[in-house]
Amino acid sequence: MGTKLITLSVNGRRHEIVAPPNATLLQALRDLGCTDVKNGCGKGDCGACAVLLNGRAVNSCLVLAWQAEGAEIVTNAGLGTLDQPHPLQTAFADAGAAQCGYCTPGMIVSAKALLDDNPTPSVQEIREAISGNLCRCTGYTKIVEAIQACEAEPHKER
Amino acid sequence: MLPSFELLMPETLPEALEMLAGYAPDAMPLAGGTNLVPDLRGGKRRPGVLVNVHGLDALQYIGRQDRYVVMGAGVSLADVLESELIGAHGRVLQEAARVFANPLIRNRATVGGNLGNASPAADTVPPLLVLDAELKLASAGESRWVGLEDFFVDVCDTICRHVELITAVRWLVPPPRTFSRFRKLTLRKSTAISVVSVAVRVTLGESGRCVDAAVALGAVAPTPIRVHEAEEVLRGEALTPEVIDRATRFACTAASCIGDVRSSAAYRERVTDVLTRRLLAEAQEWSEEQWERS
Repeated sequence: MGTKLITLSVNGRRHEIVAPPNATLLQALRDLGCTDVKNGCGKGDCGACAVLLNGRAVNSCLVLAWQAEGAEIVTNAGLGTLDQPHPLQTAFADAGAAQCGYCTPGMIVSAKALLDDNPTPSVQEIREAISGNLCRCTGYTKIVEAIQACEAEPHKER
Repeated sequence: MLPSFELLMPETLPEALEMLAGYAPDAMPLAGGTNLVPDLRGGKRRPGVLVNVHGLDALQYIGRQDRYVVMGAGVSLADVLESELIGAHGRVLQEAARVFANPLIRNRATVGGNLGNASPAADTVPPLLVLDAELKLASAGESRWVGLEDFFVDVCDTICRHVELITAVRWLVPPPRTFSRFRKLTLRKSTAISVVSVAVRVTLGESGRCVDAAVALGAVAPTPIRVHEAEEVLRGEALTPEVIDRATRFACTAASCIGDVRSSAAYRERVTDVLTRRLLAEAQEWSEEQWERS
């Protein structure tokens, strides 16, 4: 089973990595230090590993690392930093939308994909957009409120 | 960690077909991975070689060719949902795409993958069955079109040979005054496998009677099924409560429900009745609106 040198473009930076054929994109990202991408169920049920792949939100546990070569990958950490958070990240903090925090990076990725497509979603559209992301703490109410609050603010694109 | 396998990354469709032929029967195509990767992880499938077909340009199109809507097997469920052409000529398929898993999965899962995986509960199948869809199966150097109804053999088993790949799906543009809808019952709203799914197509003639009809069921038999007996009941008739009742009873007879983690057999039978009856009643309401409009 041969490994291969592949180039992954993550949050605007190119990384050359050696990956075996059975490495998932999730594993490759975590090995690169992107520990904001969470390893939850490993089978596409929970959405904790969601990333943007060429602008589309996907479960990185279902993508093989080799399949992601050449794609633009954006994780939650690529959207903003502690000093310069993305409006969604600020909104999640302000609304108390994170409790244990495990689902938060994936939630924010799904919310980002939604707002890129539809800057003024309805509550129903927000719920649909995050329907692939499980949260076992909040009951979703504050997450939906955070996304709503973000969409109400003028969009500061980063 | 996934079990080990060899992964081949062809850049063109002909190259992919050569690879499938070269490594048959130990090679499998990998598309969006939303079924296959969990199956690999769980040990349900153990191919020695995977041939990546995700992103191949030759499999990524939705278009009109003569009287057909044709799409490459690599289009995602999200693509189906966004396609105006499918909205116009395959609404029933778009309705299934709208309730397919969740957005994260829809961005990755492909139509070809959903068909090839051959789950009895695959949500694209009842819609494509009522559209009389055909699949293109290609191998190195040759290809054939097969009717979707002839494609499935058993649970997770199809007539697709190891050297073949589903490369396209097509159906005839339905006539004007055609109603097509899909409903499924699931245990929750999102990321849920169908307990029962039903697709119905009804085409009205000048008289307002039904000139053509199709009924298909998912998750009630080893493969999704067409219910031809119900269709014969509907053909040539106005959609009266009696006609709907007779057609629905044929649908229930055709179902061979089993009990599993999602439902008891008895509940599945009941839901088959309810969903079929509901969709036919909707078709009836729609046919009245058509009649009033004309």
